[in-house]
Amino acid sequence: MTVRFPSSRALTLLILAAAVALLPLLFPSGYYYRVAALVWISGLAAVGLNVLMGQAGQVSLGHAGFFGIGAYAVALGPAHLGVPPWASLVLGAVLAGALAWLVGRPVLRLRGHYLAIATLGLGVLVAIVLTNESRWTGGPDGMRVSRLVLFGWRVAGAETWYWVTGGALLAGTWLALNLLDAPTGRALRALHDSEVAARVAGVDVAAYKLRAFVIAAVYAAVAGSLLALMNGFITPDQAGFLHSVELVTMVVVGGLGSVAGAIVGAAVLVTLPQLLTLFQDYENALLGILIMTFMIFLRDGIVPSLGAMLPGRRGAGAARAA
Amino acid sequence: MPEFLQFLFSGLTVGAVYAMVALGFTLIYNASDVVNFAQGEFVMIGGMVTVFAHAAGVPLPLATLLAILAAVAVGLLLHALAIEPARGASAVTLIIVTIGASIFLRGVAQVLFDKQAHGIRAFSGDAPIVVMGAAILPQSLWVLGGAVLTFLALWLFLDRTVMGKAVLATAANRLAAQLVGINTRTIMALAFGTSAAVGAVAGILITPITLTSYDAGTLLALKGFAAAMLGGMGSPLGAVLGGLLLGLFEAFSAGYLSSSYKDAVAFLTILAVLFLMPSGLLGRRAVERV
Amino acid sequence: MSLLAADGIGIAFGGVVAVDGVSFSAEAGKVLSIIGPNGAGKTTLFNVVSGLYRASRGRVTLSGEDVTGRPPEELARRGLSRTFQNLQIFSRMTALDNVMVGRHLRERRSLLADLLRLPSVVRQNRETRSAAEELLAFVGLAERGDAPAGALPYGALKRLEIARALALEPKVLLLDEPAAGCNAIETHEIERLIRQVADRGVAVVLVEHDMRLVMAISDHVLVLAGGRPLAEGTPEAVRADPAVVAAYLGPQGGRWREAARA
Repeated sequence: MTVRFPSSRALTLLILAAAVALLPLLFPSGYYYRVAALVWISGLAAVGLNVLMGQAGQVSLGHAGFFGIGAYAVALGPAHLGVPPWASLVLGAVLAGALAWLVGRPVLRLRGHYLAIATLGLGVLVAIVLTNESRWTGGPDGMRVSRLVLFGWRVAGAETWYWVTGGALLAGTWLALNLLDAPTGRALRALHDSEVAARVAGVDVAAYKLRAFVIAAVYAAVAGSLLALMNGFITPDQAGFLHSVELVTMVVVGGLGSVAGAIVGAAVLVTLPQLLTLFQDYENALLGILIMTFMIFLRDGIVPSLGAMLPGRRGAGAARAA
Repeated sequence: MPEFLQFLFSGLTVGAVYAMVALGFTLIYNASDVVNFAQGEFVMIGGMVTVFAHAAGVPLPLATLLAILAAVAVGLLLHALAIEPARGASAVTLIIVTIGASIFLRGVAQVLFDKQAHGIRAFSGDAPIVVMGAAILPQSLWVLGGAVLTFLALWLFLDRTVMGKAVLATAANRLAAQLVGINTRTIMALAFGTSAAVGAVAGILITPITLTSYDAGTLLALKGFAAAMLGGMGSPLGAVLGGLLLGLFEAFSAGYLSSSYKDAVAFLTILAVLFLMPSGLLGRRAVERV
Repeated sequence: MSLLAADGIGIAFGGVVAVDGVSFSAEAGKVLSIIGPNGAGKTTLFNVVSGLYRASRGRVTLSGEDVTGRPPEELARRGLSRTFQNLQIFSRMTALDNVMVGRHLRERRSLLADLLRLPSVVRQNRETRSAAEELLAFVGLAERGDAPAGALPYGALKRLEIARALALEPKVLLLDEPAAGCNAIETHEIERLIRQVADRGVAVVLVEHDMRLVMAISDHVLVLAGGRPLAEGTPEAVRADPAVVAAYLGPQGGRWREAARA
């Protein structure tokens, strides 16, 4: 059996690292650092969601809820509990993971549109709580977030955050790619294609679905924390239904099951509105068209479709694309 | 006692709107297995078009007619351009398509109209009618009456006309319906069009009370869906029952518990139904096929 | 030694009794075939025995242990494996990956190790891969490892499922119509495979319609009709049983004579 070198996993990481390292050379102003950081943050959340949707084949229309939990954790921790931001980030991730673990078991027993609606409901409930408990969360207007201080170094500035979020995305991508070529990844992809056959082969399908759900939740929470720390501010719409839909769109547009695709999808969804700042009012309409077009005509998403076009990558390569 | 009656009436009023949205869901779900997230937008179109047409000088009755026609047109286009091409896709894909449509319609409304909240004058004045200490808005009676008429009309259509029977047949078994010569695509288009009309009527009736805006659709769709689930996905009577019940739950919990968590009631209902009685109150139990 | 025993299995769906009082015993190294006309309840019986359905009555014992009502994952852990009549392939994964999934229970599984891609995971991947390659070679699919399973022809997929089922290193193997849709050459291949598997000491239980295959390979045959056991015994004894001939093949019984000639 020939060893494929470099493996598509290594290639993906290499390209991403190169992109993160070299992109700033193209930036004419500090504003671009910010946009790119937003792409890295959304990419992190999307990579996590892809583990759940692309690999395990489940759906979550409430994923922004976990994002919001992470975001508000770093806001509430320092403000109300005296916990430093970095510890609050960890706590937020743990909280999101714990919540996912708790609700995941009953929810993941559902299928198809019932699962979609259940996750949607959960996400919206989180958003409602965040909006209503204004004494703690500042209500619909949001609240300020104290800056992250690591070992006396105050993490601030668009450039700094570009590197921090880029590093986080690289780490998250590395972990997600590792999963693919391992028993966990194989089990997830198997249960995606045939739950019955996976069970008969000995895969504890319920446990693996839950694992994917928790992983996705933790990724989203960390991404949310990073966004809040970077912006110095957070609002409850980050946990809302529209954001959940955006996250799903990123994964779908980029290509379900493709780690690289999730990042590409995030890039598309973050940069498109930026490119159309003149047409800001058309954001919703454009998002809607994007979703419909991809779900109807380009269901495979960008990266797998491109991958299928490359010679020699057809068949086996595409099947193992990272 | 007057408090209780107050909540009862406001609950029934908003419940009637949820019932109409739920009915629209059910019609489409029965004809095509699609959970149509854009359902709320039909309600929004009903209200917004009426407001803007009337503001442009069109007499109110004509404006409402225009609004209904606009909604029907949108419904038919939705079916033709988004649902038909996506036929055969998984249930989740279809939901996401309709979510996309809902966002698109919202975006268009945002640009076409504006982001403000708008109202229409109440049909028979604002003077509340006092019944046993509770103040009831005359518009509430319009809503309830309109809802009842809609249900009756729909029931008559489904039960007494050939076309209506065709809709029921398509809902029961699409293949069999095709085999007896029913054009199921037309039926599905009909389902979308009728749903849109029902939604628009609901929007027109409720706008004098709750006002409308470009984004009023989303929450309504979610609540209408909760109502349909509560009553039993696929059962028209269940949709009505679910809608009224949900409205009452909301009103009573807002009145006696906490009004800021009013919106959470619908979502808690969805989760409760999904986990405790997935087939809802009147839904058919899905038989686990071999 | 009886590795798999079913005792008085009964199951009904709504008002339809699919299986009514069926018992059998599968021994190591022997091939038991379950045959019967369509609708006789054979696949339903398989589904009960492999944990996909819960029987209304009866017991299932695996290596002496009562496993009635246990889910498929647990049965797999106790050495029971099966293939599917309607093919349940992981079509988006490669053929090799399909078989590698079959090795799941033979692998050490740690989420943390997988996330961090520890050397133990890399090493284990190599082992799993080579075990899977061996199995692909065993079923004659050595060159097709990298192909996406969804692109393989039907006969190859039947063999792929067998390879995946064998990856578990099962003690009992249930094969649900392994030769269905296969031509004479493919069926012969399947026959050879089953013989080799049984020779390794696995208890094989077969549901089949291909009489030639059944006659050639079975040590023991059980005939079902209408969910009830009709006859049981060696292939020759069952073939000669007039009740079986009548229920299964109608008055002609021509195919039996054909099978006898083969």
